Amino acid sequence: MSFASQLLQYAITGVTIGSIYAMVAIGFNIIYNVTEAINFAQGEFVMLGGLVMVFLRVAVNIPVIFSLPLTIMLVTMVGILLDRLAIKPLSKPSVLAMVIATIGASFFIRGAAMMLWGKNPFDLPPFSGRNPISFLGAVVQPQGLWVVGFLLVVVVVLTLFFDRTILGKALRASAVNPSASSLVGINVKHMVLVSFALSAAIGALGGIVITPISLMEYDRGAMLAVKGFSACVLGGIGSFPGAVTGGLLIGLIESLGAGLVSSGYKDVFALLLLLLVLFVRPSGLLGNAEVSKIRKF
Amino acid sequence: MKANLSVGKGAVCLLAAVVLAIFILIPVVQVSAAEAYKVGAVFSVTGRASFLGDPEKKTAVMLQEEINKKGGINGHLLELVIYDDEGDSTKCALAVRKLISQDKVCAIIGPSLSGLSLAVLPEAEKHKIPLVSCAASYKIVTKNAETGEQWKWVFKTPQSDSMAAEAIYTHMKKHGISKVAIMSGTTGFGASGRSELLRLAPQYGITILADEKYGPKDTDMTAQLTKIKGKAPQAIVNWSIGPTQVVVVRNRQELGMSNIVLYQSHGFGSRKNIELAAGAAEGVYCPLGACNIAEVLPPAHLQKKVTMEYLKAYKAKYNEALSSFGGHAWDALAMVTKALGAVGSDKAKIRDYLENLKGYVGQHGVFNFSPKDHNGLTKEAFQMVVVKNGDWALTD
Amino acid sequence: MAKNRSAVHLTIFGVCLFLFPLLARWISFLVHYVDVMVFVGIYSLVTVGLCLLMGYAGQISLGHASFFGLGAYVSGIITARYGVNPWFCILLGMVVSGGVAFIIGAPSLRLRGHYLAMATLAFCIIITVIFNESIAFTGGPDGLAFIPGISIMGYALDSVVKYYFFVWSVVLMVLLLCLNIIQSRVGRALRSIHGSELAASAVGVNVAKYKIYVFVLSAVVASVAGSLYAHYLNFINPASFDLFVSIKLLIMIILGGIYSLWGAILGAVLITFLSYEWLHYFEEAEVMVYGAIVLIIVIFLPGGVVSIPEKVRSLCRSSKLKVEG
Repeated sequence: MSFASQLLQYAITGVTIGSIYAMVAIGFNIIYNVTEAINFAQGEFVMLGGLVMVFLRVAVNIPVIFSLPLTIMLVTMVGILLDRLAIKPLSKPSVLAMVIATIGASFFIRGAAMMLWGKNPFDLPPFSGRNPISFLGAVVQPQGLWVVGFLLVVVVVLTLFFDRTILGKALRASAVNPSASSLVGINVKHMVLVSFALSAAIGALGGIVITPISLMEYDRGAMLAVKGFSACVLGGIGSFPGAVTGGLLIGLIESLGAGLVSSGYKDVFALLLLLLVLFVRPSGLLGNAEVSKIRKF
Repeated sequence: MKANLSVGKGAVCLLAAVVLAIFILIPVVQVSAAEAYKVGAVFSVTGRASFLGDPEKKTAVMLQEEINKKGGINGHLLELVIYDDEGDSTKCALAVRKLISQDKVCAIIGPSLSGLSLAVLPEAEKHKIPLVSCAASYKIVTKNAETGEQWKWVFKTPQSDSMAAEAIYTHMKKHGISKVAIMSGTTGFGASGRSELLRLAPQYGITILADEKYGPKDTDMTAQLTKIKGKAPQAIVNWSIGPTQVVVVRNRQELGMSNIVLYQSHGFGSRKNIELAAGAAEGVYCPLGACNIAEVLPPAHLQKKVTMEYLKAYKAKYNEALSSFGGHAWDALAMVTKALGAVGSDKAKIRDYLENLKGYVGQHGVFNFSPKDHNGLTKEAFQMVVVKNGDWALTD
Repeated sequence: MAKNRSAVHLTIFGVCLFLFPLLARWISFLVHYVDVMVFVGIYSLVTVGLCLLMGYAGQISLGHASFFGLGAYVSGIITARYGVNPWFCILLGMVVSGGVAFIIGAPSLRLRGHYLAMATLAFCIIITVIFNESIAFTGGPDGLAFIPGISIMGYALDSVVKYYFFVWSVVLMVLLLCLNIIQSRVGRALRSIHGSELAASAVGVNVAKYKIYVFVLSAVVASVAGSLYAHYLNFINPASFDLFVSIKLLIMIILGGIYSLWGAILGAVLITFLSYEWLHYFEEAEVMVYGAIVLIIVIFLPGGVVSIPEKVRSLCRSSKLKVEG
C-alpha cells in the first residue's frame, strides 16, 4: 500500500467518523441556541437511534425505508419527553441546572436502554451491502458514503428550515433574544420543545447510519457526546458551519494522528488542537466573539 | 396557587427522604438463613467491564441454584452474597471489606478485573480469607516474580494472559509466521495482553512490526489497520473485548487484508462475536478454553461432560451465547463449593484444601494447585481454534 | 455574627463526626458506613475546593478529577516505586498539582461558560490518556497496586477508624480555612466576580489574579484528597480519575447546593452513599434510579440538599397561612 493511498485511507476514515461527530455537534447547537445549555443526553439520542433501528429492522424486520423514519419519530418522542419531564419542570432554569438535568436524564436513558436491550452490542445490516468500493488504492465502505450523505442532507434541510420556515425563524429569534421574541408572540417554551425534538431526530439519524459500521450498545452515548461537544466547541458553539468543520477536523486529526503518529495518543492530538484554538480564539473557529460575550454562559 | 405548588414539592421531598431512610434501614431487617455457608462474590456486573461480570454473575447464580436444589453442601445451603463493583476500584474495595466485616463470608470469588484483584488482595491476606479471583493476570497470585512465591490466601481460575500469548505464538511458529503486528484496546484487558505479547515475542523469534491501540468505545479501526497494511506483516494479533474486536475483524475484511492472518485473544470466545462479524470472521484464529468449544470437543475429552452440562444449563436458563468469562466464575465457585463440602466453612482449611487440590476438571482446564502454583493451569488449557462456516473448529 | 454562627456549625459538625464511629461500634450495620465515610471525607475535600471555584468565583471546572488523580499518582508512584515518605509525597503532589493548575489556569480562565468547561474537560481527558499510556510509571489501565499506608510519627493509620479520624480532621481544617477565606476580603472579591466580572474589575478587583488564586487553591486541595485516597485504598487506576469522576464531582456540588460549603459536603455525602451503598439495592436498575434521583433533586430542590431546612420552614409557614386564611 503506497503512502499516498494510505493518506487517502486515513482521510476517508476521518471524514466518516467526523461526520458523526458533526451530527452530534449540530444537535448540541440547536438546543444551545435556544436554551444556552449543552444537552449531555445528546449522545443517548444517537445510541437510541441505533438500538431502536436494530429492533425495528432486525427483530421486527421492517424495511429500511419505513423503519428509518419510524425510528426517528420514536427517538423524537424521547426528545420531547426529555423536555417535558426534565427541562420544563425546572423552576429556576439556570444553565448549570439544565446541564445537570440533562446529565441525570442521560443516566436514566442509558439505564433504561440497558434494561431493554441488555449489555451486548448489536449489529445492523448496512443500507447497501458490505462490498467496499476501491478508490485510488484506498477503500470506501458503502455505509461511509451514506454517513456523509446524510450529514449533507441534514445540513441542507436545516439551512432551509432556519431560513425559509416560520418555525425556523421563530427558533432563531428566540435564540437571539428570548424576551423580545416572547414580546412578538413567540412561545419560547415551545421553542425549547421544538429544539429538543429536532436535535433528538438528528441524533437518531446519526445513530442509525453509524451502527452498521461500529455496532451499537447501551453505553456508547457518553463517548459520542464528549466527541460531539469537542467538535461543537472547536467550531464555535451555536454555529452550524462551525459544527460541521469541528466534527470533520476532529475526525481527521484522530485518524491521521492514529495512522501517522501514535494510535495510543490519538485522542490527545485533537484535544491539544482544540485547546490551542481556544487559547488563541476563545470563541472557537467560527464562533462569533461578540455573540458569545452577551451569552450568559 | 404558589403555596399549593410548594406543598406539592415538599411532599415529594418528604417522600424522597422516606425512601432514602428505607434504604438505610434495609440492611437491619435482612435476616440471614441459619446454618447456610456464606460465600461472597464481587463481579463487575455493570459498567465498563460488564462483559466480564455479567456472565460471571449469571453463572454463579445458576450454579448456586443447582447446588441448593440438590440439597446444598452436606445439608448446608449455599448462600451467595454478590456485589457489583461496576469496574470501580473504590466500590470493589468497599465490597470486599463489607463481605469480610459485615457479611462474614468464609470465602470470596472475584473480582472480575485484574487491576481490581490486585487492589483487594491485601485485604484477603490481612483478614486471612481465601479469595479466588476470576481475573487473568499472573501478578494476582504471584507475590514475588523472581522466586515464584505465591500469595498465601489468593487463587485464580482463568488462564494467565501469558498462556494465551504463548498459545498464539506457538501456533505462529508452527506455521512459519514471524512478522507480526499487534493491536490492543486501551483497557486493562488489552494492556495486559499487549505487554505479554511484547514480552514473549523474542522467545519465539517473533518480530513486532507495529503496535497499535484503540479506545474501548472507538467507532472504527481503519486507521490502525491501514498503518499495519503498509508494514505488510504476516499476521495480526488483536487483543481487546467488546464491540471493538468485532469492528477490527470487519475493517480488516473491508481493507482487503484477508491475506494477513488474524489472531484474536480469548476475549473473542463467544459465538455472538462470530455472528456480529457478519461473515468477516472466517479464518480467524483464537485460543479458547474448553468451555467455549464444548460442542466440538471429541467425546473422549476429559472436560467434555462438565462443559456440555454447563453449556446446556446456561442456554436453557439465560438463552444467550456462552462467553469465556462465565466459565471462570463456574470454576471458582465450584472449587470453593468442593472445598466447603470436604472441610466445612473454616477459612484456613478451605485455603489448605484449595492449595492441595489436584486433577480438578473444570470449565477452563484441569486444575492442579500447589503451594508454588495458585492458578493450577498450564498453557494446554488453551486450544487454538479457527472460525469455520460460522462456528469454531479445532486446529492442530 | 456570621463568623460565630459558622463556628457553632463547625463545632456541632465536628462533634457529630467524632461520635459517629463510636456509635458504629454498637450498631452492626454502621461499621461498614465508617468505611464509606472515609471516602465521603476524601470527596468532600475536592468538593469544598471546587465549591469555592464554582459557587463563589463562578468558574466551572470539569478537570478536578485530574488534580485529584495527580495527587494520587504522585503519592502512589513515588511511595510504591521509590519508597519515599508519604508525607513528603503529599507535599510534592500539592506542588505538582498547584503548578499544573497555574499553567493550565492562566490561559483557560480567560474562557467563559461552556468554553471553559470544554478546556478543563480536554485537560481531564489528556491526563487520563497519560495515566493510561505511561505504563512504566503508572501501571497503565491495570493500575498501581501495593501503595503503602501512612503513619503519623510512627503511629500507623492501619485501620478504617483511625483513617476516618485522620481524613475528617483534614477535612475540618480545610473547611475552616475555606470558611475563613469566604468571610475575608478575598471572599467578597470572589463573590463580586461571580456577580459580574466587569463590575468587579471596575471597582478595582484584580479579577484574573483572584480567579487563578482560587483555581490553584482548589487544585491543591484536590491533590491532598488524591494522596489520601491513594494511601487509604493502596491502589489507584486511571478510571478513578477520569471525566466521569469530574462529572460526579459536579453533580455532588450542584445537588448539595452550589453556593454553600456545607452544600458541597452534603453533596459528597449524598452521592457517595448513593453510588457506593444505597443504589446497590436496585441491582441492574441502578443507573436508571441514579438518573431519576439526580433529576428529582434538580427539579424539586433547585438550591440543593442544603436548602431543605429553609424549604421545610417556608412549608410550615405557608401551611400555617392556609390554616389561618
